[in-house]
Amino acid sequence: MIAEAGHYALVLALALALIQSFVPVIGARLRDPALMNVARSTALAQLLFVGASFVALVTLHVNSDFSVANVYENSHSMKPLIYKITGVWGNHEGSMLLWVSILALFGGLVAAFGNNLPLSLRAHVLAVQAWIASAFYLFILITSNPFLRIANPPIEGRDLNPVLQDIGLAVHPPMLYLGYVGFSISFSFAIAALLEGRIDAAWARWVRPWTLVAWIFLTLGIAMGSYWAYYELGWGGWWFWDPVENASLMPWLAGTALLHSALVMEKRNALKVWTILLSILTFSLSLLGTFLVRSGVITSVHAFANDPTRGVFILLILCLFIGGSLSLFAGRATSLKQGGLFAPISREGALVLNNLLLTVACAVVLFGTLYPLAMEVLADFKMSVGAPFYNLTFAPLFALLLLAVPFGPMLAWKRGDLLGVTQRLLAAGVAGLVVVAIVWGWTRGGSALAPLAIGLGVFVIAGAVTDIAERTGLFRLPFATTFHRARGLPRSAWGTAFAHAGLGVALIGIVCETTWNSEYIATMKPNDVAQVAGYELKLDGLLERQGPNYREMIAQFNVSHGGEALSVMTPSKRSFTTRGSSTTEAALLTRGASQLYISLGDVTADGAIAVRIYHKPFVLMIWWGPVLMAFGGMLSLSDRRLRVGAPKPARAKQRLQPAE
Amino acid sequence: MRRMMAAFVALMLLAAPAVHAVQPDEIMADPVKEARARELSRELRCMVCQNQSIDDSDAPLARDLRLLVRERIAAGDSNSQVLDFLVARYGEFVLLKPRFERQTMLLWLLAPLLLAGGGFALWRQNRRRAQDGADVPTPPLTPDEQARLAALMSEDAKSS
Repeated sequence: MIAEAGHYALVLALALALIQSFVPVIGARLRDPALMNVARSTALAQLLFVGASFVALVTLHVNSDFSVANVYENSHSMKPLIYKITGVWGNHEGSMLLWVSILALFGGLVAAFGNNLPLSLRAHVLAVQAWIASAFYLFILITSNPFLRIANPPIEGRDLNPVLQDIGLAVHPPMLYLGYVGFSISFSFAIAALLEGRIDAAWARWVRPWTLVAWIFLTLGIAMGSYWAYYELGWGGWWFWDPVENASLMPWLAGTALLHSALVMEKRNALKVWTILLSILTFSLSLLGTFLVRSGVITSVHAFANDPTRGVFILLILCLFIGGSLSLFAGRATSLKQGGLFAPISREGALVLNNLLLTVACAVVLFGTLYPLAMEVLADFKMSVGAPFYNLTFAPLFALLLLAVPFGPMLAWKRGDLLGVTQRLLAAGVAGLVVVAIVWGWTRGGSALAPLAIGLGVFVIAGAVTDIAERTGLFRLPFATTFHRARGLPRSAWGTAFAHAGLGVALIGIVCETTWNSEYIATMKPNDVAQVAGYELKLDGLLERQGPNYREMIAQFNVSHGGEALSVMTPSKRSFTTRGSSTTEAALLTRGASQLYISLGDVTADGAIAVRIYHKPFVLMIWWGPVLMAFGGMLSLSDRRLRVGAPKPARAKQRLQPAE
Repeated sequence: MRRMMAAFVALMLLAAPAVHAVQPDEIMADPVKEARARELSRELRCMVCQNQSIDDSDAPLARDLRLLVRERIAAGDSNSQVLDFLVARYGEFVLLKPRFERQTMLLWLLAPLLLAGGGFALWRQNRRRAQDGADVPTPPLTPDEQARLAALMSEDAKSS
């Protein structure tokens, strides 16, 4: 019953989406408010029905109803409850259902909180949302129905891939999808603006909070995924330039560019055409990511050719939306009037440079991901593009970008004074150089690149501090005045500073981890001691334990530093009987921002065990950086000026004032 | 207990392939040569894996390649000789950092070309706009908006 109800709810959501696709647009043509308002009701009803459908699938998984193919293939009655729930989106069908649920959620939010939008703009935005939704409902219903029944239900399920049985699956995909799909709102706004042929600074003000929300989730989602890979895959890597990762990085790069160009548009009414184009591109890259991940084209071109229904369907959606939106853009963009002149050296100019570098970086990732595919199909030339390529091409672009970051917020709008800003950034620059000298002196004989990169990170952080110090008059004015000014500073200014500092923090973490990572690989017997980066790790013994749906072997390590006992670390190896596969559960010991990392290998015939022990200096800064960036985004989002909808006048306060 | 352990170990061995990339028995005695081997391993693709280097991969093929790299280094090959040897055997597919060739030229030149092109376009636009002169006036309000504005203004007037 539940499965059929869930299926039916999805069909009803499709019907609602189809109504929402056409009625509001017709309403806007006829200038009929009643027809335009239909969008609001259908968007909310759609959210209700998709939500019901999603809840139905979750219920089926929780009840372990193995008569449903999706549950049979991805669940097991002995699986802990949390993984029964997260397992819902740990597979193709379920994750697509999550995708449309989040799409409906964003549509519902626009409907519920978009009261300040002009009626026709809201109608158009929701109609475009419905176009996307219809396409994906059709995709799910035709090629990936999660509610399919099995004629002869088996007694037990096939269990979820063990690697996915982790708390990471509970957080990473929903966050990532909130980011991916969140960009559909800016896309819909862009298409609506093109359809209406009108776009102004108010448009940017409405779009920015939505873009910011999506960006915050995407930032956290990527960082979370990276940390998950780091501790789950068992060899301490945190970014692999895998096509699937690139698929999430590309919308992030384009989305970051979009945030900055929308800022120029909101403040100075310039860069309109470019902002619209970026809105389209960002969501197109999200769609492309969905295609790359979901069609299997990346695993191998041949896998794609063997079972092409899903891939071809998404490819069609992709061509329809990207092609359609870009042709609409090409047709209408010239009619959008450019405003707001600015000199090359100005805040606008700096943001244009930011956009140029981010877009080129995004193009590099896009090419790196698709080029081998294209070469194989077109020229029958098999090649690979991996981490060493990206390190050589992507890193210099980002180094340039980071070098420019501190200058941006300090330049004036319209016409900036580069020399003046350089003088004010002198302290930050000196701080960076001092750090370069210290690090270089300390690691004499190492490469010169690492100290320079760390200095750059320090410069970016110090630059962010300088910006706040300049604005509040820190060290120049009495402390009370500074404090007062700091409180009066718009939250978006704080947001900028935190987000930019986050970049520097992440850079320092990345450089330290890759340059000074120490590693110990050996087979150890009980009572053997490993020496890594000043730590002594003594293997006490091996024991085994039965988990809910796995058996595990645990190695116990006593960790000490300079004779002082610190902690016990217990890495383990789990073997899952149902799937016949195993996972390594690495043990992590955090010391400040650094971590010790142990993962286990195989046991040899004579009872010794292969171990890998790493010391990863400042590795946590890699993820603190994105968290800081997201925090900056949230601060900016809480700025009164940017709250979803236009700011309201403070009436209550006015009433308290005496009548004049 | 001991027997159970042995049974468990046997089960583990049966159930899973090696979960480690570089195995302790592969490591070369000379740390300089080993460092070279690791550096090369990071640039070589495990051809049966999905975008993993042989340094990261647990697949048996990756292990064979790692041993092969170490064999060549032990035989006195230079880094580029090792890479040439592997390319001759397995094709360009094995290199994670593609060589600069006719087929890969576009990939390598993309970033500089785009930067130069983008910079040029910006420079031209800036010049053209400087010649065009003043700001474009903002478009007038639509009747709808004028009505809303009037409503807002009268509300404000009432409340103050």
